[in-house]
Amino acid sequence: MWRCIPNSALIPFRFIGLRVVCEPSNWGALRRLFVCSLHHGFGLLLERVSKITKKVRLVDNNTVISAKNLSLTFQTNDGPVHALRDVTLDINKGDFVSFIGPSGCGKTTFLRVMADLEKPTAGEITVNGVSPEEARKARAYGYVFQHAGLYPWRTIGGNIRLPLEIMGASKAEQDAAVQEVLELVHLDGFEKKFPWQLSGGMQQRASIARALAFHADILLMDEPFGALDEIVRDHLNEQLLELWARTNKTIGFVTHSIPEAVYLSTKIVVMSPRPGRITDVIESTLPKERPLDIRDSEEFIKIAHRVRDGLRAGHEDDA
Amino acid sequence: MGVVWYRIGPIITVVIAIFVLWYAGAVALNTPWAYDKAKRAGVELTTSELIADTMSQKKPKLPAPHQVVAEIWKTTGDMVAKGKAFSKRSLIYHSWITLSSTLLGFVLGTALGVALAVGIVYNRTMDMSIMPWVIASQTIPILAIAPMIIVVLNAIGISGLLPKAVISMYLSFFPVVVGMVKGLRSPDHMQLDQMKTWNATGNQQFWKLRLPSSMPYFFTSLKIAMAASLVGAIVGELPTGAVAGLGARLLGGSYYGQTIQIWSALITAAALAATLVGIIGITQKIVLKRMGMVR
Repeated sequence: MWRCIPNSALIPFRFIGLRVVCEPSNWGALRRLFVCSLHHGFGLLLERVSKITKKVRLVDNNTVISAKNLSLTFQTNDGPVHALRDVTLDINKGDFVSFIGPSGCGKTTFLRVMADLEKPTAGEITVNGVSPEEARKARAYGYVFQHAGLYPWRTIGGNIRLPLEIMGASKAEQDAAVQEVLELVHLDGFEKKFPWQLSGGMQQRASIARALAFHADILLMDEPFGALDEIVRDHLNEQLLELWARTNKTIGFVTHSIPEAVYLSTKIVVMSPRPGRITDVIESTLPKERPLDIRDSEEFIKIAHRVRDGLRAGHEDDA
Repeated sequence: MGVVWYRIGPIITVVIAIFVLWYAGAVALNTPWAYDKAKRAGVELTTSELIADTMSQKKPKLPAPHQVVAEIWKTTGDMVAKGKAFSKRSLIYHSWITLSSTLLGFVLGTALGVALAVGIVYNRTMDMSIMPWVIASQTIPILAIAPMIIVVLNAIGISGLLPKAVISMYLSFFPVVVGMVKGLRSPDHMQLDQMKTWNATGNQQFWKLRLPSSMPYFFTSLKIAMAASLVGAIVGELPTGAVAGLGARLLGGSYYGQTIQIWSALITAAALAATLVGIIGITQKIVLKRMGMVR
């Protein structure tokens, strides 16, 4: 039987009760959609195709998140704080982008702006070609916070179900999604456990599963492994790369660990504080396949060095 | 043995201490009256006669524990045995009167408290204005306002159970408001942001996050509210002319100097409160356990 749900997901459609998710920027997906339609009725095809071509124009050249001259100033009692100033950045589909910098450099604020949790005071930003607010309402992204934040009164399965319940998914859809994402984060069999029965690392994996549950194509992660120890963190980094390879999601990842940023990313954004701004954007030359010991390679050390230089430059400006 | 003693030892020690102090107090406080009686009868009392007398007076200053227990038995178990469990002389009857208005007042007070708390959390105007009034309402002595409530409600034709329940409600809504406001506000910023990323509606935020988060606070408030509600019911029975209820027994006892009757009503009220609070405690354990909030 034809697989109607490709790994990548961009626009959810409803086809006679069946959720078909296709990726418009990829014409192969259109072909698959056509085949799906043959299976599930021909009538709606024309309408769908016209919708897709419209969407393709909106998100042309593969840019998922685009920020231009973005600034955000918080008004506090001690005067204005420039959390972000003149930030310009494009994130492409399938990118793994890390934001690294000392505290106060605005990396979390930038992520929160993408998620519509903060409003920029100047500049423009689009997510999937629309404003962050529209993208949030279309449930375009999953957000993972520093702390797992699982509800103690819900089981792991219940926690993953939560966003789906809120979005009004049917019971069957919920069950399927829970099984699928638990398997993705290697927590199969833990559905009926309560959060306190899991270790910190497992809780964070469950919270990633929850962010994946509704098939958003963007994953925003705010220092998700910051509270975990080094060994667990290494392990989760490895699993995150594997997950990214399998799902082909676009990931925005805030961290203050240089090895973590270099190991994970295709693009490293180095930021500096007061005012929060981008000082360097590094396209990683590491291959997509990354075993843990790649961190001892010359290539890796070279990139890490450049990140460190970028961070130091930011600090000199500060002094 | 060791484990059992570890758990119930302290409780038994305290209970024994209370009884020892109570008996000693009874002897000390009732001695003058025993001497008075002996003097008028022209007899000398030996120490053992004196002690026996202090524990068997009809209207002692402080009745001994066994006198109170006997009185409670006479007005409960004994009356049940005689098939007069709900006669007007039965403590079961009076306890039921008090219990019914306690429970009605508790339900009303809890409902009012939760409603006010939801309003305070979700409505800025209520947030800014309600709390000072809620606190002010509790600074007025209940003894002063209880007769007013009875009189006013009687004037508009409401009498019987409801006026007493209203006084119970007046006392019991306060801990519920305070506890529920704290409970509904217990979700942190992160949890609220998370709800926003899922584009949850206000309703979903309330039912799926705020309300479950408030449950531990809710049950703690309920325990205080239940105790307050019982006090309200007893106070409410005083100005109604002391017809029925534990409050009426207290008042009646004090009119006629029936100290044993007063103490038996007091002990019954205390036992009633302990039972009700205990029931809420058990419910709390079961509910929180089923919610997975207790390990």
